[in-house]
Amino acid sequence: MTPPPAVPTERDLRLDLFRGIALWLIFLDHIPTNIVSWITIRNYGFSDATEIFIFISGYTAAFVYGKAMTDRGFAIAGARILRRVWQIYVAHIFLFVIYVAEIAYVTATFENPLFAEEMNALDFLKQPDVTIIQALLLKFKPANMDVLPLYIVLLVWFPPILWLLLRNATLALAISAGLYAMAWEFGWNLPSYPSGHWWFNPFAWQLLFVFGAWCALGGADRLANVLRSPVTLWIAIAYLVFAFGIVMTWHFPRWAFVVPRWLTERMYPIDKVNLDVLRFAHFLALAAITVHFVRVDWPGLKSPWFKPAILCGQHSLEIFCLGVFLAFAAHFVMVEIYGGLLMQVVLSVVGVAIMVATAALISWYKKIEGRGGGRPKRSAESDLAGGEA
Amino acid sequence: MRTLFAILLAVMAFAPSAFAQQHDGCAVPGYLLFGDSALQRFSAAVQKKQPVKIVVVGTGSSVLPGQDGTNMAYPARLEAALKRRLPSVKATVVAYAKPRQTAAEMSKRLEQLSLDEKPTLVIWQTGTFDAMRGVDGDEFRSSIADGVETVQAKGADVILMNMQYSPRTESMLAVSGYADNMRWVAREREVPLFDRQAIMRHWNDTGSIDLYAATKDVSIAKRVHDCVGRALASLIIDAANLEALEGKAQ
Repeated sequence: MTPPPAVPTERDLRLDLFRGIALWLIFLDHIPTNIVSWITIRNYGFSDATEIFIFISGYTAAFVYGKAMTDRGFAIAGARILRRVWQIYVAHIFLFVIYVAEIAYVTATFENPLFAEEMNALDFLKQPDVTIIQALLLKFKPANMDVLPLYIVLLVWFPPILWLLLRNATLALAISAGLYAMAWEFGWNLPSYPSGHWWFNPFAWQLLFVFGAWCALGGADRLANVLRSPVTLWIAIAYLVFAFGIVMTWHFPRWAFVVPRWLTERMYPIDKVNLDVLRFAHFLALAAITVHFVRVDWPGLKSPWFKPAILCGQHSLEIFCLGVFLAFAAHFVMVEIYGGLLMQVVLSVVGVAIMVATAALISWYKKIEGRGGGRPKRSAESDLAGGEA
Repeated sequence: MRTLFAILLAVMAFAPSAFAQQHDGCAVPGYLLFGDSALQRFSAAVQKKQPVKIVVVGTGSSVLPGQDGTNMAYPARLEAALKRRLPSVKATVVAYAKPRQTAAEMSKRLEQLSLDEKPTLVIWQTGTFDAMRGVDGDEFRSSIADGVETVQAKGADVILMNMQYSPRTESMLAVSGYADNMRWVAREREVPLFDRQAIMRHWNDTGSIDLYAATKDVSIAKRVHDCVGRALASLIIDAANLEALEGKAQ
């Protein structure tokens, strides 16, 4: 067994920056019809903001709880992780209630014979006895509400994995990769209601989370030489260009003929549910290029231009939930008032502004609580853990 | 960077409206309608002057309510459009639409249907009910691939048709994953895909049809079905390479 790796003590602002940006992109993508979502990365490559969010969440979870586990032991760190799980569960159920409220309203007010079939999607409201229980069990998950349940499962599983990561990081990563491979081989996934399985298969997506944690606990240093090499950079760039070209043939099907048949047969379908290897590789390429050009000590990270994204990234649970809610709200406004292009742009900008303002408000609350009389000043570590993992 | 985004946004915001002015009614830009996959069997039957039979297999979004619903729904509109544009071709369209069917259930019916009806072309509309049930993506995909294979083995061509663009229910019904799966099967099996979702979205975005409207009136529904029928006829004529046979009447 190798000695426990040193848990880094200073928070890497790049994590908050890119998680904040990922939260914005997730919000923009969640508004169903949104011209602004054309700027999001899913339109230009295989992976999307979800990969960034899960990876960074794994990274920060290891950063925060890893330190807690080395300092105060397995039980305390594990208990804190479970408290976090509970917070996320409550947040998810809260979002579900808002969702049901919107649906109930739409069902009562909307009528159009053209969409008689689509309106059947709202039939679950007729059986609240079944659907609400299934929602509490995380089996019934409405559209766009799949990320938090995934996060819950990943964190429940995290204490033992973190324990192992701190003792033998390579073994922990190997177990995670093995689980990913088994999920692909045997088709493991959790069941959904009314049928099918989870939209983000936790057995597959855990690899990205654990990989993030592994990077936080010394893996990134071990990869430093690889990441610094120009060969890696060029491979990553070549892969991104390749992915870009492929994705363009989805937007313009007439060009699909340029993709050779043997390649389409191997490549498709690119499976989001099970975190397709192509998606994972696309994320790695993006990350490699980002790490190459945006160094941890880059002074630009302290620039006020990045402050809004960093603020959002530092309160990711709250801002993520707010983003899901704002996407519902934006869709509601588009349906009830006007859904034109100008409105889409306005709602996108206003939504991001609300996310930033809320993040700033949460930071302010944290600050005044930290200064509060009776309690000792919170350490940087617990502040981060309370706010974010 | 921000200026760049702003310019990009401005271009994207204005580009579609500039485009729409070139068309009236519910024209569909070629890139949304035409692909590389050919309807060879259909084309061969027409060349041999045989009558062609098109069978539409679908769910609730292939029918319209009311007494004249059958005549106004897109299968009948397709037949009318084909008769108008290909006066020398004997084309009939038969619709088998039943609500609440998954692709797997429909796939099982396709064999018997192919034997009974002996179609030249099957238009298979599916996906909405699967999205509602949350059927697994790979299960959905293999059901469609099986169905396509079944129909082709019986000597008919296939066009796949995906879900409607329904902006009101968009945040409640996640159809995009299913639409992607249909695109993949269509590409893999080299069958044309009628991308109803993208086409209806185009009509809505360019302002030719307001799909947000809440109304009991069937006039919008009729218009959409008529437009779908006409666009389908264009797709068939393109994919079966029948432009030479087109009559003067449009």
